Amino acid sequence: MLSSPEILQTRSATPWLKSAAQIGVIGGIITISIALQGMIQAFSSRDVIYQVVTMSQAAILLTFFVMGYVAAMRLPMRAASSSIGAGAVAGFISSAALVLLIGLGNVVNLGNVFVNATPQLYELLTFKLGLPIGSLALLLAGLGLGALAGAILLLPDSPRRAILTTLAWIVGLGVLQDLIRVTFADWGFLESALRFFYASNGLSLVGALVLSVLIPALAILWDKQAPRAQTRIDRLPAPTQRALRWGSLGFGVVILFLLPALLGLYLSEVLDNVGLYLLMGLGLNIVVGFAGLLDLGYVAFFAIGAYVAGVLTSPEFSTGVIPNWWLALPIAVLASGAFGVLLGIPVLKMRGDYLAIVTLGFGEIIRLLALSDFLKPWIGGAQGIQRIAKPDLPFIQISWGPQAFYYLFLAGCLLVIFVSYRLKSSRLGRAWMAVREDEDVAQAMGINLVATKLKAFGMGALFGGLAGAIFATKLESIYPHSFNFLISINVLCLIIIGGMGSIPGVVVGALALVGLPELLREFAEFRFLFYGIALVVMMLTRPEGLIPEARRAMELEEFREEETEQATAS
Amino acid sequence: MLQRLRERIDLTDVLMFLVGGLIVALVVVGSWTTLVEGKYNSRQWFDLILFGVALGGIYALIALGYTLVYGILRMINFAHSEVFMAGPFTAYFLADEIGRSGFLDENPVVGLLMIFILAMAISTVTAVLLERIAYRPLRFAPRLVPLITAIGASFFLQYFFKGLYGPNIKVYPEIAALTGYVQFGEFRIQNIQILVIVAAALMMFGLHLFIQNSRTGKAMRAVAEDKATAALMGINVDRIIVITFTLGGALAGAAGVLYALMFKQVNFMMGFIPGIKAFTAAVLGGIGNVPGAMVGGLFLGIAESVGPSLFLDGLHIPAPYQLKDAIAFTLLVLVLIFRPSGILGEKLAQKKA
Amino acid sequence: MKAKVFLFVALVVALTFVISACQPAAPKFECKDKLGCVDIGPNDPIHIAYAFVVSGSDATLGTDTKYGVELAIDDKGGKLLGHTIKLSGQDSGCNAEGGQTAGTKIAADKTIVAVVGTNCSSEARAAMPILSQAGLSMVSPSNTAPDLTDPAKRVPGYFRTAHNDKVQGAVAAEFVAKQLKFTKAATIHDGSIYAKGLAEVFAENYKKMGGTITAAEAVNVGDKDMKPVLTRIAAGKPDLIYYPIFVAEGGFIAAQIRDVPGMEKVAMMGADGIFTPDFLKAGGKNTAGMFWSSPDFEAFGGEYKPFIEKYLKKYNVKGVLAPFHAHAYDAANIIFAALEKGTIKDADGTLHVQKQAVRDALQATKDHKGLTGKITCDPNGDCADPKIAIYQLSADDFAKLVMPTKGVWSPGSADYKPK
Repeated sequence: MLSSPEILQTRSATPWLKSAAQIGVIGGIITISIALQGMIQAFSSRDVIYQVVTMSQAAILLTFFVMGYVAAMRLPMRAASSSIGAGAVAGFISSAALVLLIGLGNVVNLGNVFVNATPQLYELLTFKLGLPIGSLALLLAGLGLGALAGAILLLPDSPRRAILTTLAWIVGLGVLQDLIRVTFADWGFLESALRFFYASNGLSLVGALVLSVLIPALAILWDKQAPRAQTRIDRLPAPTQRALRWGSLGFGVVILFLLPALLGLYLSEVLDNVGLYLLMGLGLNIVVGFAGLLDLGYVAFFAIGAYVAGVLTSPEFSTGVIPNWWLALPIAVLASGAFGVLLGIPVLKMRGDYLAIVTLGFGEIIRLLALSDFLKPWIGGAQGIQRIAKPDLPFIQISWGPQAFYYLFLAGCLLVIFVSYRLKSSRLGRAWMAVREDEDVAQAMGINLVATKLKAFGMGALFGGLAGAIFATKLESIYPHSFNFLISINVLCLIIIGGMGSIPGVVVGALALVGLPELLREFAEFRFLFYGIALVVMMLTRPEGLIPEARRAMELEEFREEETEQATAS
Repeated sequence: MLQRLRERIDLTDVLMFLVGGLIVALVVVGSWTTLVEGKYNSRQWFDLILFGVALGGIYALIALGYTLVYGILRMINFAHSEVFMAGPFTAYFLADEIGRSGFLDENPVVGLLMIFILAMAISTVTAVLLERIAYRPLRFAPRLVPLITAIGASFFLQYFFKGLYGPNIKVYPEIAALTGYVQFGEFRIQNIQILVIVAAALMMFGLHLFIQNSRTGKAMRAVAEDKATAALMGINVDRIIVITFTLGGALAGAAGVLYALMFKQVNFMMGFIPGIKAFTAAVLGGIGNVPGAMVGGLFLGIAESVGPSLFLDGLHIPAPYQLKDAIAFTLLVLVLIFRPSGILGEKLAQKKA
Repeated sequence: MKAKVFLFVALVVALTFVISACQPAAPKFECKDKLGCVDIGPNDPIHIAYAFVVSGSDATLGTDTKYGVELAIDDKGGKLLGHTIKLSGQDSGCNAEGGQTAGTKIAADKTIVAVVGTNCSSEARAAMPILSQAGLSMVSPSNTAPDLTDPAKRVPGYFRTAHNDKVQGAVAAEFVAKQLKFTKAATIHDGSIYAKGLAEVFAENYKKMGGTITAAEAVNVGDKDMKPVLTRIAAGKPDLIYYPIFVAEGGFIAAQIRDVPGMEKVAMMGADGIFTPDFLKAGGKNTAGMFWSSPDFEAFGGEYKPFIEKYLKKYNVKGVLAPFHAHAYDAANIIFAALEKGTIKDADGTLHVQKQAVRDALQATKDHKGLTGKITCDPNGDCADPKIAIYQLSADDFAKLVMPTKGVWSPGSADYKPK
């Protein structure tokens, strides 16, 4: 498939100009979007480097830089002049678009339509230098940063990587300042280091300068040493290598147990949430990943587990007869599993997207029933269930904070991961995969479709119920609003991002998709904007998932071949 | 003996029949008691049905976008609800401007046309960009992969438009020409309901003709049938897909304006619930099937509007309208138990394995 | 070679620590506070956090209260006790798990001295135990669920400038039963804790006064077509519909109610959740003549108007986003006042915020002149001025799209006279 820009490129006199200009236009759209989204105002009071660069300036300037870099990178042949030229053009157009917006905004009142197009925005964009000088400065910044990016691309690999790594780290450390400082506040020696690197708002100038020496040094060191260390390990005798591997695994396990103490309150809470979604992800992975049944209403089982645990242990209800959460747990899990089988029955004959929409419907029905005045006397309606029992153990006094719950989640996840692995390689697991690949053939091979599918639903529901029961005790109170459609969607996303059917993939997916929005929580209103972008980008760059299942990877290989065939055909 | 009996009777069918029978029994008992108690008069029933038809018409228009894309790409375009939001949310500013200057009241037809064109244009551009950026690179990927980009794009578009125009509810102006109603004996129909029903019917009929008779429509059906073969026959598959998204986007934009004229409020989340409902309607009617989308939309609209009063009042369930979506989804399950590929079945192309 | 590079890195790291260790040590301050102190260096800001819902369909509620807090900081000139005020925020999502996560994040940040939040009552129930344990105090501008300040359930450190549903629902019921002398009423809630609570309190009191509830209906957040549910209510022939819900669904009800046969004359009553011009726009001309129960704005005094002007100008909006900005403004201000009282300032400008002292100061808040009236915290943490009045929208007010500023009745005032 020949696309027209390529043809044009070979014909026009300055081949790089058009492509650079295209990148510049995209850059312009991005910078204008950043401005109109209100990020400039929101982040103007936060510094990346104290009193030097604010976060909003960093966002704009980085866009210029990245656009210049991309434009230079897309050149078919890289000469000094064309690389710097392309970068400069792209950067300049990106900034020119912004200047255009500022100019337009000063003539017409864009604020009538775009809420964030206020005089304050223009003032911040022009570095508070006034319209003419500020615009000029902005244009120069675009031109200069774009050219700089083009120039950096000309450098040899090692220094170039060092520069880029440094830039990424400084911006990263500056942007995530609150999180980093909160996390390491209790770490004694690190705290004093943090005091040095950070000013009251952002990195201190001295800290940033030290970092800009320290990081390249480390990066170059790593570049040199990593391959050498690898060869040295490879050269070790086999038993030593094995010991090393077991040793690092053991070290990993120890770290896993120490994490809450190391990471402190907040990141433990984030890990708890990851654990919660991991439990659900592993459950849904059985239904969708193993058996290939697209379930968009998985939240139903999560809700049932939570509500059964809540209703049984809350003293506010006459059914709250079990004061101990541990005794209510098996009932909650089994009830959820039973519902899984029950809900599985009507959908046995449906395929693909019919199944998807019906399961979605089930999820909504459960939520609406939980919310309804109809069932309020038994499950609390809109007011939810409060005072749910904590998972207290005999003989030991535990204060149930996020750090204690971490171990409950850890135990749950390890158990479920173990069961998942055993199931996957069992007779049942192979039957699921056969159903996933082709129902008719599976049936012809003597697989009982009804039993196999119902077992998948039941198994998935058991895990979901477990997640729900832990969720209920962790929060102590549950409300119908916590069980909405978005939970099902998030769980589905994480298993596909991770790599469908792959158990390590679910773990990585949960870390990425739950961890990421949590880290972004302080970006409050922009959280889901970034989340959406991340979903699209992750799928476009790695459609097979972060850690694909071996079989799936093979299929995807086929898809790639098919794609190239199709491409050559048209 | 038992073994042989089990072989002869399909357990699935028995179970499905039991579930289906239970739902039917509840529906019948509920409706019977309601009608016997006589809480509502015939005019009220007529109104309930009418409200349902108008709402169903809008669901049907959005459902067309899902159905078209599904028929051709076999993917659930989750971001379609945001395509539906983008147009009327943007066109609000035009509507507000010409509403306040009095232009809209003086020239309602021209004014409305302007609003429709702007909204349809914005929705179309959104849909086409969406296809180009988020779906086309994944054309041959496993089918759940584009579903995830669609979800991601849906989040992005919601919050992008929230960032642009602000989070608060915007209210479309009252249009004098659309406020009255027409009286038929003791029944009456509001003008806006007439507009919605007529416009929805016209657009759907037009689309049906287009797909059945035009050259492009035939090409669309060919692509839906088999992309590779269609490409070999000299059909530009990429172009057909772009046309599909254009059509779906334009219809969603139009549906969005009708929706905004009927309910007045627009904001960045306005697409979410109608989107899910419309997708349900598409499946209900038989996904990929254009008349099916219409039937599914009307069925869903009427079920939501009439269902709670009809089925639940008789069972003496408090606050039945809280459960209207539960009723809609239960009926969906019921329909799919007895007709596993929707009321009218899949038509645009037969289902592939 | 390798050793050299390593040595270099080690040196740099060591140097960093030496430099950091060499910074002058602050004179030792002994904290005597029961809950501990937050020390703020001479150049460091005073860090206040908010936990509001700024994403999802309830985003307007959180954004509105966030604006209120920001304006309170602006009015202080951005400074308190000579230090800049740093406001950081967590999205709490209007659900319990969001509240818990946001609360944990705030509790983990040792520089935070006080919290404004949360928006939804479910968030507060999950967040407050964690914040309380961390010694923090929180003032909510919009939690209205009665149990949060129930002496048996209230968590230490919890305060609110929003009024308790109990008061408002009772006043509304008394007005309908005793003043309007209606015998039949219907209620609609939207499944939120706020609306459900208010509708229940109203129904309970109304029945006690001899009224009949013909239908206790509910809609779902996101519903658009209200005609079916209104048709069902019409079958019971109520004199009045009480729907204490929010702008979107409330607007649909008001806009569609007259299209439903049998509802042409029925009176409507809402609560403070829809006491905003946005609702008038959403509901259209049918809102003329409607009643509201809401805080007594006559107590709001003259400062409310300039405040709103600042709000509209700063955030480039045509109307306020939700009804709780003034409560948020007041919440921030009583926190400022409590911080001023509970903080020890050293000669070099270092601050020691004593957490228990701040909590006590909040508890002792008395006759603080706020936008929403005179704020006095009772022993259970209810700080709102509990004066509720009934308002009625005149056709004149509707034409100008403004809310009535004068109540038509309040408990103890002269009888209501229909115009």
